[in-house]
Amino acid sequence: MTGPMIPLDQLKLGTHARIAAIDWAALGESEANRLRQFGFDEGVSVEPLHLGPFGKDPLAVKVGRMTVAIRKAQAKAVKVTTEAA
Amino acid sequence: MNPLPLVAVAGNPNAGKSALFNALTGARQKVGNYPGVTVERHVGRATLPDGAPVEFVDLPGAYGLDPSSPDEAVTRDVLLGKQKGERLPQALLIVVDASNLDNHLRFALQLIDLGLPTVIALNMIDLAKRDGLELDAGKLEQELGVPVVETVAVRKRGMDEVMERLNELLLQPRKIRAGEGPSHDLLTLQRRAREIAIGAIVRETPVRRITHRLDGVLLHPVAGPIILAAVMFLMFQAVFSWSTVPADALEAATLNIGNVVGRALPPGLFRSLIVDGVFAGVGAVIVFLPQILILFGFILVLESTGYMVRAAFIMDRLMSHAGLSGRAFIPLLSSFACAVPGIMATRTIDDPKDRLTTILVAPLMTCSARLPVYTLIIAAFIPAVTVGPGIGLQGLVLFGLYISGIVSALLAAIVLSKTAVKGGGGAFMMELPKYQLPRLGDVLIGLWQRSMIFLKRAGTIILGTTIVLWALASFPQAGPGEKQSDVSIAGHIADGIHAVVAPIGFNKDISMALLPAMAAREVAVAAIGTVYSLDATSDQGVQTLEQRLAGRWSLATALAFLAWFVFAPQCISTIAVTRRETNGWRWPLFMVSYLFVLAYIAAGATYWTAVAFGLG
Repeated sequence: MTGPMIPLDQLKLGTHARIAAIDWAALGESEANRLRQFGFDEGVSVEPLHLGPFGKDPLAVKVGRMTVAIRKAQAKAVKVTTEAA
Repeated sequence: MNPLPLVAVAGNPNAGKSALFNALTGARQKVGNYPGVTVERHVGRATLPDGAPVEFVDLPGAYGLDPSSPDEAVTRDVLLGKQKGERLPQALLIVVDASNLDNHLRFALQLIDLGLPTVIALNMIDLAKRDGLELDAGKLEQELGVPVVETVAVRKRGMDEVMERLNELLLQPRKIRAGEGPSHDLLTLQRRAREIAIGAIVRETPVRRITHRLDGVLLHPVAGPIILAAVMFLMFQAVFSWSTVPADALEAATLNIGNVVGRALPPGLFRSLIVDGVFAGVGAVIVFLPQILILFGFILVLESTGYMVRAAFIMDRLMSHAGLSGRAFIPLLSSFACAVPGIMATRTIDDPKDRLTTILVAPLMTCSARLPVYTLIIAAFIPAVTVGPGIGLQGLVLFGLYISGIVSALLAAIVLSKTAVKGGGGAFMMELPKYQLPRLGDVLIGLWQRSMIFLKRAGTIILGTTIVLWALASFPQAGPGEKQSDVSIAGHIADGIHAVVAPIGFNKDISMALLPAMAAREVAVAAIGTVYSLDATSDQGVQTLEQRLAGRWSLATALAFLAWFVFAPQCISTIAVTRRETNGWRWPLFMVSYLFVLAYIAAGATYWTAVAFGLG
């Protein structure tokens, strides 16, 4: 069973989830390219870890085995589902 | 002469590529530039097990062969044999992080597809084990079809085997073809990389990773920014206080050697050139080497531990208010050392508008060349008292000057991103690498390269400018009762400049120093040094520059001079690198003009405020 699809920027810190879909069209070309290079892809595990101290942005998120920082504006395009439900 | 066989070292950022390059080549390295672009070219030599010499080139870290920055473009072009100033490598050494295989193997697969003889270094294998990850290198070798060697570059483990595998490949007669770039699309490669990575994992025990625990503190919403501020403060206090002992020793040594040489020479013009020109000028700059090394040391350590990226993460939101991204934090922080590498480091900023804004404000960060000016004036005019436990007034003033630079840079960025450079403000995307202990050897190699660059500048630009200035300041010779700085050619040029800067409280000595300061900012100190030793009567000969200054400038003038240098129009090298990075004269000219106006206003405001408080 998987939970409902929510955007990555609304996932609670420390929650394990999987990428269900990525709205590539909502991203600029270079942003989309970078996300792919970081390994963002359907089925990959993600876990938001930290938020920037000023205004809760950007977001540090573990994607696969790597930790990357992205702004919430970009995280919004990544839809995830939590494993348990 | 036949060129040596060339081995390219390639891999993702944070794979430990440069550490491996250092471990293989040691100190036998050269740093240059690729023609036409401002990407540094690092080459080094080593000896193969069979005794033949081989050359390694350390390519800029990249995520793939589809470049999103000039650095990544160089990596691609070298590997395709299309880069000007580089021959096609005979072999390829791919460095991958053992604990991040899913990601690094994608680029490795792309590179293997190029068809060059390849060895893979499965690097940081010890850290992977620490994180509970056990890998089967043999399995990986099977899947990838190229030799895989387990390495720990920072401990020089696996280096012999890497060299042996490379030696075998280089001995095999094999036709090298220049590949045609990636044939698969990114997602297919990525999925294949993940499959191989999962297949190579023997066992994985989940452990609480050290990096995760450290980030819990260092990226903590409250503790994080406090720690960052403390690190920055420590860095600037260290630059000022740790350097006093070696700097004093260097200064005393220069004075003594100058005096000994001076006594050995017959009095006359030549002695004046050596003592007043060379020793007073270059000597005044060399003494700042300790400070520059401490600053660079801090930056190198912060970079190699992985903390620098965390600083960018913490600062991103604030920087975004100024129309910049957190990515600009690293170039701007490097600009504290020197705006030239700082401006070059902006190449990691993807958005062209963000990048331009960062370039334009980078010279406002207090570069190390301004440090000699600041420290001289502070030492001469600000009393060395403590204002709190461990906090000296001099260090505090220095800190304040740095802060004014930072605040002005942010304000300038806000204005620029709303006017001249409209339309930026996109993304902030960075990898947060694992924390690592810095390795002394790697830091020392970095420091050695930086100090050589500084000493070369001191030896060429600064020495040259100092001698020209000495000549301008020495002729025509003053008659009895005249002051040398009044009658000389330099004196007359300075009169012209003085007319412009007198309203902001600058005296003639400063006017004379402003022009050569354009060649390199630290020359301002050298220039003042030269002028004063020419004016000095013989019994003042051994006074330090600070003692001379304190007697001749008012406090208001000294403060105005400091304010001027917060904004001061940047040196020729900065203008040149800006022209190169922005492809034209438009932006460097814009930069010089706005900074000149700001400098004039700031110095004027400081002077008249100080005079109003009775410090004139």
